[in-house]
Amino acid sequence: MNLGVISEILFSMRRNKTRTILTGFSISWGIFLLIILLSAGNGFKNGVTGNFEGRQSNTITINSGYTSKEYKGYSKWRRIVFDYQDETLLREGFAEIDEVVPVYRNWNNNVIYKKKAITNSLQGVYPERQRFENVKILKGRFINVTDILERRKVSVLADKDVEKLFVDEDPIGKEVKFGEIVYQIVGVYKADGDWRNDAYIPYTTAQQIYNPSKQFSQVNITVRGLDDVESNQQFVERLRASFSRLHDFAPDDYNAVRIWSRLQDYLQTMSILNGITIFLWIIGLGTLIAGIVGVSNIMLITVKERTKEFGIRRAIGAKSGSVIWMVILEALIITTIFGYVGMFLGIGLMEIVNWVLETTGVASNGEMKIFVNPTVNLGVVISATLVMIIAGVLAGYFPARKAVKVKPIEALRYE
Amino acid sequence: MLTINNLHKTYFGASPLHVLKGINLHIKEGEMVVIMGSSGSGKSTLLNIIGILDNYDEGEYYLNNLLVKDLSENKSSEYRNRYIGFVFQNFNLISYKTALENVALPLYYQNISRKKRTAKAMELLERLGLADWSGHFPNEMSGGQKQRIALARALITNPKLILADEPTGALDSKTSEEVIDLLKDINRETGTTLVIVTHEQMVAEKAERIIRIVDGVIEQ
Repeated sequence: MNLGVISEILFSMRRNKTRTILTGFSISWGIFLLIILLSAGNGFKNGVTGNFEGRQSNTITINSGYTSKEYKGYSKWRRIVFDYQDETLLREGFAEIDEVVPVYRNWNNNVIYKKKAITNSLQGVYPERQRFENVKILKGRFINVTDILERRKVSVLADKDVEKLFVDEDPIGKEVKFGEIVYQIVGVYKADGDWRNDAYIPYTTAQQIYNPSKQFSQVNITVRGLDDVESNQQFVERLRASFSRLHDFAPDDYNAVRIWSRLQDYLQTMSILNGITIFLWIIGLGTLIAGIVGVSNIMLITVKERTKEFGIRRAIGAKSGSVIWMVILEALIITTIFGYVGMFLGIGLMEIVNWVLETTGVASNGEMKIFVNPTVNLGVVISATLVMIIAGVLAGYFPARKAVKVKPIEALRYE
Repeated sequence: MLTINNLHKTYFGASPLHVLKGINLHIKEGEMVVIMGSSGSGKSTLLNIIGILDNYDEGEYYLNNLLVKDLSENKSSEYRNRYIGFVFQNFNLISYKTALENVALPLYYQNISRKKRTAKAMELLERLGLADWSGHFPNEMSGGQKQRIALARALITNPKLILADEPTGALDSKTSEEVIDLLKDINRETGTTLVIVTHEQMVAEKAERIIRIVDGVIEQ
């Protein structure tokens, strides 16, 4: 290919800056918006799905509460608590239930080390709790089976609390007092915002010391074979009905026993996210079409405006092909350069947003991350840019072909 | 240089317009010819056909002993570029190019390098006393200057034939005379054949030969 053509075109682009920038802008802007849209969608998706990450998604959490309806002669606001009967019901009554792991919580204990004290809740747990909640151990270990069997007085503290209690000391092996009772610290885990910073102790220890009645108010179960929202819903209803018979509360009293299925939550969130993704794609395609229309319009007008110039060029010896080729190459160069600029700016901006999010953590409100890693599939962006480039070239080609079809003398008369 | 035999041209519009009704014309190499006629007589149409900017329906046109008839668009462009230089009434300079770049443009279509084009165009502008204006854009120049730039553009390919369609139509009388004198000098110095369409008496007086067209035929 003759390099002279390129230099002639670059030259004409420089001289006609407004025209060049107007043509290019619609491309850059379209690509830029598309990237922002899709990245934002991805960031939201990554953030929300990230909250489920590492946690076992087939868990159901059951909390006992207060009745909110009168039933069978019982008055409202009766406290429901779980005991061994409930545990047996869960273990024996449902084929879908895999594991049954009760949790005991004791609120507002003073945690004391030397002269420092903080207030925190104790949570009597089984080792499975770590897997259910994706507890990240930073130091030492989590509660293990031996702790449970021997009812050891050991505890796993959140890093936030450790920072408050210990200055320059290694907390592992140190003894802290929960109220009057001494526990040895065996591990430190990463607190998850304000949401999870309880002090973990073995469930059996908690039962023995704080809960001689052996009652409990929360139990986690894992389930098998419930893969969709529908079957989950049915299972939860059956579970509630069983509790309703056992504790004599109205079957439609949702406050008496609160059942939260993480899988159902997950499935619902996913379907919402898919909806959002489709919505973003529709807007994205709209943006793309707007860009295509914009660039086509400007190319059409530009070529029409240049009819006389083409007439002059042809009068002094330009062949029709070379005029069309000039227009196509010019469209190609402008759309490619500005498409690249749009891509660069869009991806650049999202990288900056990503960096800001990661360094300041503004996108997580303590308990939930809502915006993580807002990046976009490069293949999608490149395809979009290619579509714009093709549109720009075609929008230049057709009017240019028309412009060189008229006799040069008519083109010269064109104003 | 060029021979035209019994040339006919009709514009097929809403009502067909028979503009040229059998033109016979012979112009020798190195001649300076003025074509005169009232508006609508067909003089510009004839010039456009000579310049291969327009086609004709009947008859024959030989340019440099080549039959110019039903040429492809590309062949016409090539002939125009190689044999013919144009000067138009309204200059037809490209507005976003400087004087120098306008002058050099025909060489671009002969695939001559930018460096050589620029050098040759500069040389020509110096010869025409326009070197100071080489970097100016058309809208920064007077009509006379623009027409001389256009003339330089016509000359740069060393054409055998220069066609000027009302070259003084947009100029005042003093400038007109200067431009015509310049054309005449070029004709004399380089031996380039010159065909000028005009309706101005002053221009006609400078010519060696005047052809009058009346109602589509040459008046004898």
